[in-house]
Amino acid sequence: MAVLQFFPPSSPVVSSKLHAVVLFNICDCYVRRPDQADRVIGTLLGSVSDGVIEIKNSYAVPHNESADQVALDVDYHRNMYLSHLKVNPKEVLVGWFSTGFGVSGGSALIHEFYVKELKEAQSSIPPIHLTVDTGFKNGEASIKGYVSSNLSLGDRPLAAQFQEIPLDLRMIEAERVGFDILKTTVVDKLPNDLEGMEASMERLHSLLDEIYKYVGDVVEGRVAPDNDIGRFLADTLASVPRMSPAAFDKVFNDKIQDNLALVYLSSLVKTQLGIAEKLNTAAQIL
Amino acid sequence: MANTMGRSFLQAAATSEEVAPPLRVVQIEGLAVLKIIKHCNEFLPSLVTGQLLGLDVGSVLEVTNCFPFPIREEDEEIEADGANYQLEMMRCLREVNVDNNTVGWYQSTLMGSFQTVELIETFMNYQENIRRCVCIVYDPSRSAQGVLALKALKLTDSFMDLYRNNNFTGEKLREKNLSWVDIFEEIPIKVSNSALASAFMTELEPELPVKQCDYDRLKLSTAPYMERNLEFLIDCMEDLSAEQNKFQYYYRNLSRQQAQQQTWLQKRRVENMARKAAGEEPLPEEDPANPIFKPILEPSRVDSYLITNQISNYCNQINGVATQSFNRLYLMKALHED
Repeated sequence: MAVLQFFPPSSPVVSSKLHAVVLFNICDCYVRRPDQADRVIGTLLGSVSDGVIEIKNSYAVPHNESADQVALDVDYHRNMYLSHLKVNPKEVLVGWFSTGFGVSGGSALIHEFYVKELKEAQSSIPPIHLTVDTGFKNGEASIKGYVSSNLSLGDRPLAAQFQEIPLDLRMIEAERVGFDILKTTVVDKLPNDLEGMEASMERLHSLLDEIYKYVGDVVEGRVAPDNDIGRFLADTLASVPRMSPAAFDKVFNDKIQDNLALVYLSSLVKTQLGIAEKLNTAAQIL
Repeated sequence: MANTMGRSFLQAAATSEEVAPPLRVVQIEGLAVLKIIKHCNEFLPSLVTGQLLGLDVGSVLEVTNCFPFPIREEDEEIEADGANYQLEMMRCLREVNVDNNTVGWYQSTLMGSFQTVELIETFMNYQENIRRCVCIVYDPSRSAQGVLALKALKLTDSFMDLYRNNNFTGEKLREKNLSWVDIFEEIPIKVSNSALASAFMTELEPELPVKQCDYDRLKLSTAPYMERNLEFLIDCMEDLSAEQNKFQYYYRNLSRQQAQQQTWLQKRRVENMARKAAGEEPLPEEDPANPIFKPILEPSRVDSYLITNQISNYCNQINGVATQSFNRLYLMKALHED
């Protein structure tokens, strides 16, 4: 009796993390695609640790797609891969992306190709397939990651099943700082220190407001109390260091004085520079 | 997008006969910004460089893409490799319709200490091939303080002329009224994004958890950063005083040489008088073979200018960080009083 066998991937891939750069790159490639192409296909680079695939970089690969066959420019892919490896040898092949909603028949073939590439590189991770819906089907942007597993009937390979895995969009601190700028189409100038400070403080203020409102609601019985949140809040308040006002004032004043000294020093240096420059260029000899 | 590109090509072609309008704004795409940030952060603490690609349109320099350079180990054999890598990348990017005009390069810096002679040399090299190029400097340590420390720099034209003629004497500089602020010109940066990318970002924003407030900007400990800044500042001051000493030495030599020349001239004159009285030919009043007439080279002022620039940069940074920490401290005080 033939049994439908389901082979799970050899090393369990739990989830994946996506850097914002990759998303921007994919959008840019999509906007620049040649007119006759419907979608863009490319390679994903990154690293794997503990079953979490981290996608750090990507590049588009030219391809030709017709009704029943797909042709990918393999040489281009290999060349770009080598070039990228020269810069960062730790970013290895982890999968491929395509724009457009859902997984199509052609995608299975391309996925096979990437499986073969990874096998050549002797890595045990299965390649991840990322779809970025640039057409905004269903009225929302959907970014999904898939891992494929092979379904086979007895000995005959039947189909490849694409399972969706959770995708986490993460950003490092510096990118988060610039995130607001990246949201709009055009930004006139980069915000300087003070404006950034102001924005952070406003955000903190609004967070505090929300917590305050929440606590007020719970006390008045409008919202059901949640033990976890309550404990978390208690922990947070307890972590504010308790210092007597005198001690706090002393620490505070010391810090302020240090900072003032530094500002004074730097203005002194600047004055010195002005004088030195005048002396250097104003000296007359003869 | 094709329409605007067509128009700008026409414009660019039309304006190439006239004097190019001065560069006023550098417009970077979000993609390029993110790539630069990523590359610089990955390779901390070593410094990295990369190439900027884009278009030069009127008074705006658009940077649409960039790619990083591999780190060079030794310079001999990798020279050809590096050029190959560049050509390969440009060719591949051309195939996917990315603009592959070089418009400059980017580099990461440590604590804002990027004003070196190498920077000027690189600028001169680029300027020979491209009409307008810009250098983008990214400071990852300052970005960790919560500011996007991205700067676009260009050498001023007057400085470039002087440098090409290698003419850095005090008089020439006074002539052109060139002080140390005039070496580099900072150009404002504008960030632009394609509509698709911004749509994605806006869509994704509610997915970010509310807790992701940028706490790092509100951190109270600025001491390590300030300490390093001060260290660098002190080093620079030492360098500056060394340069000053060089100048003093030069001036002293010059005045001593002139005194020597005067005495020699006096002696000659006395001799000539004696000779005239004796009826012989007077000796010439100059003697180029005499070593005291050899002109002493005035030391170039480029280095001192660069150092001055760097010092002022550090000072500015210290000021900025001190202001920020003032704000933070007062905020903490307010919180504590409750």
